[in-house]
Amino acid sequence: MVTCWPSTVGRRCNFTYMSLYKLNINGRTLQTEADPDTPLLWVLRDNLGLVGTKYGCGIAQCGACTVHLNGEATRSCVLPVSAIGAGKVTTIEGLSAAGTHPVQQAWDAVDVPQCGYCQAGQIMTAAALLKRNPKPTVAEIDATMSGNICRCGTYHRIRQAVQLASTKK
Amino acid sequence: MSATRRDFLKGAAAAGGGLLLGFDWLSTSGFRTAGAMPTSAATADAAINFNSYLAISPQGVVTIFSPNPEIGQGIKTAFPIIVAEDLDVDWAQVKVMQSPLDNTKFERQLTGGSGAIKHSWQRLRKAGATARQMLVNAAAQRWNVPATECTTASGIVFHKASNRQLGYGDLATDAAKLPVPTEVKLKDRKDFKLIGSTIKNVDNQNILTGKPLFGLDFNREGMLIAMLQRPAFGYKLKSVNAAAAKAMPGIVDVVTFKNNVAVVGKSTWQVKKAREAVKIEYEKDSTSESTADHNRIFTELLDAPTATQRRKDGDVDAAFKSAAKVVKAEYQCPFLPHTPMEPMNFFAHVREDGVELVGPTQTPDLARNETAKLLGIKPDKITVELTRMGGGFGRRLKADYVVEAAELSSLIKAPVKVIWTREDDMTGGSYRPAVRYRFEAALDAQGNLIGYKLRGASINAGNATREDNFPSGAVPNLLIESADYKSPITTGPWRAPITNFLAFAEQSFLDEVAQAAGKDPVQFRLDLLDKAKTSPTGAIKYDIDRTKAVIQLVTEKAGWGKKKGADGKPVSQGFSVYYSHNSYVAQVGEVVMKKGQPVLQKVYAAADCGEVINQSGARQQVTGGIVDGVGHAMYGNLTFKDGAAQQSNFNNYRLIRLNEIPEVEVHFVDNGIEPTGLGEPALPPTGAAVGNAIYKATGKRLRSQPFTEQEGFKGVS
Repeated sequence: MVTCWPSTVGRRCNFTYMSLYKLNINGRTLQTEADPDTPLLWVLRDNLGLVGTKYGCGIAQCGACTVHLNGEATRSCVLPVSAIGAGKVTTIEGLSAAGTHPVQQAWDAVDVPQCGYCQAGQIMTAAALLKRNPKPTVAEIDATMSGNICRCGTYHRIRQAVQLASTKK
Repeated sequence: MSATRRDFLKGAAAAGGGLLLGFDWLSTSGFRTAGAMPTSAATADAAINFNSYLAISPQGVVTIFSPNPEIGQGIKTAFPIIVAEDLDVDWAQVKVMQSPLDNTKFERQLTGGSGAIKHSWQRLRKAGATARQMLVNAAAQRWNVPATECTTASGIVFHKASNRQLGYGDLATDAAKLPVPTEVKLKDRKDFKLIGSTIKNVDNQNILTGKPLFGLDFNREGMLIAMLQRPAFGYKLKSVNAAAAKAMPGIVDVVTFKNNVAVVGKSTWQVKKAREAVKIEYEKDSTSESTADHNRIFTELLDAPTATQRRKDGDVDAAFKSAAKVVKAEYQCPFLPHTPMEPMNFFAHVREDGVELVGPTQTPDLARNETAKLLGIKPDKITVELTRMGGGFGRRLKADYVVEAAELSSLIKAPVKVIWTREDDMTGGSYRPAVRYRFEAALDAQGNLIGYKLRGASINAGNATREDNFPSGAVPNLLIESADYKSPITTGPWRAPITNFLAFAEQSFLDEVAQAAGKDPVQFRLDLLDKAKTSPTGAIKYDIDRTKAVIQLVTEKAGWGKKKGADGKPVSQGFSVYYSHNSYVAQVGEVVMKKGQPVLQKVYAAADCGEVINQSGARQQVTGGIVDGVGHAMYGNLTFKDGAAQQSNFNNYRLIRLNEIPEVEVHFVDNGIEPTGLGEPALPPTGAAVGNAIYKATGKRLRSQPFTEQEGFKGVS
């Protein structure tokens, strides 16, 4: 929490001050003003217009908001913007804008999405998994991907797509 | 024909461009994302409208307009497949665009009841075939040959005799000026290239790259964000102190209307925090109920001397008096929230000259009509644009969250997007109703089902039975009744309304009756179906042969009664079959014991939805329906205390996860019958297929959902 920062960008209010943040997002430095406790999710969506990262629960239970922070899958809905510092954030938009990342391609090849809402989070979780474990077993896939809820029930194809992507790495 | 004729109002090329761009909100609404917008505005700009469903550009790009709301059921892919088939174009030529609400062009712009394909199949085919015929006629005129000598394939008209050909794009301008043929020939089924093939979700690329597609992604310059605090069921607003909230950063206003306190501001997080700072007092308005009250009410309704009679065949009392054996059981299912991954939200801008609504709705027409009623204006002053939806499951068949956005916009005189948090979504209704069923079956000495009684007791479900469903028609003496309690807890359709719990109860109970009769549960049902065929009692509203066909297919694939596990012991299988929403689905669940616990390892499904439009989408719907059915049967439970839902988010309301799914094997009956829907029908049979398999494995009959919360049940994984 910023206690007192009477700068040109800080705006006085009852509880806190808006602060200026320089964030490394998708390889670019983006500047934005936000309350320090604002979850990265809402900074991405409301301030930066990066709406590919989804809100599902707000309490790190469903995984729809998953991004990478320094390459690790991270729940952006509970990550305060003030905690990011110089950390490198990758969102679905930065994974590959053209959808050419092996995980995105596998998701398309297997035709995973139904409604599609949770899939960005699923993909970010899978991409982080494959980065640290390029050839996961089915049990490892299940263990990792079980953190992300898909209400349409696309789980079989999610598993299949992670397996397919692991052969393409 | 009148509807079809109306569809075929032709648009002029130039004016058509304007029409097409009018609803292209993704490219006009000030989205702040970098990169190209996913819609095909450039394509559509020069396209020539043939009818409500399609336009063709001079370059030969076919734009197909999908009118129905997309919640993940795959309609935005399936509808265009049907149009493209009879238009006779390659899928690669097709671009798909979502249409806004437009009653002048489309009927039944609605996602519900698994009814879209059934309703629109012929219309879509005719739309494609009519345009195709106009293109053929244009080519024939240009070549001065009879149209009957021309053929088409892959978006090209051929005149084989003179070895000439023209692409649809070259013909579109001329063709669109020709008279619209009233009679057109539809393709023979054997010539289908797209229908029945495997085609990917048309929005894949946009979904997988995180493009703005959903209601929650919608943005408009100057748009405000709002969250509403709503009372628990049975309460009303008493007092509001919003002074602290109003002083918080980014907060524009706090507005009270009806029983809602709306916090309006500039960003989601600021609004969420400010809402927590509003001090609100509520007071009792009617009954504030708890789950214990509902359980008591069920007992009262089931024990009451009378209920609403839904169907009566023969003489039930006499049958039970003469019975050699009577089987009785009660089944119960709890309230469930819908929990689509995208919570409720809607954008509304009420202006002097009209109202703009944008967002996720399964029923845009209702959203418009209710908004018109609220504001006292004509519906034609309101536009409704449809975003892709992060699930719906019936929740978005209600327009409450649309109307409240409109009401708020009218009060604050600004464009506003109302956002529900997950907690709002789960505690704010409207839910699947809770039910309890009481069954009684009378068997004669030979184990024949001679009497059957069912009374459904429900909280806000209306008729919790479907009195003409199987085994009605197969039992000479039958009584179906319902009794409903009106509660302040709001309920509504939930994927496969009524049948999602009724099928579990009926198909589990039939298993119990088969066992009491000493018969194989599948054979028991087949015998009843034979009886319904040879000596029916009363009306029969299901197709006996189609029911038998899915039973036959699934039992064959699952090796019913014969399958043995790796240990050489028979696999514990449970069977279920159900007809709902015009399609037939039979399932076999398989359970093995691991460390003393039943583990659901596989579900086989055989579905008959007539013609399968898209193998990929159809398999998704069946598989997803089963996963949904398993998850909710196992884990789903929403309880109430003093009018308030006790579960509020995914930390205390459990949805099925990837490590909990069984293997699923899906088969379709290939009968070429006119297609029906698949969004719902695979879900109803699942609960009983699983429960019956668990019974086989454990000897424990699960009569209440969720299974994992039943006494002595340690959990199935």
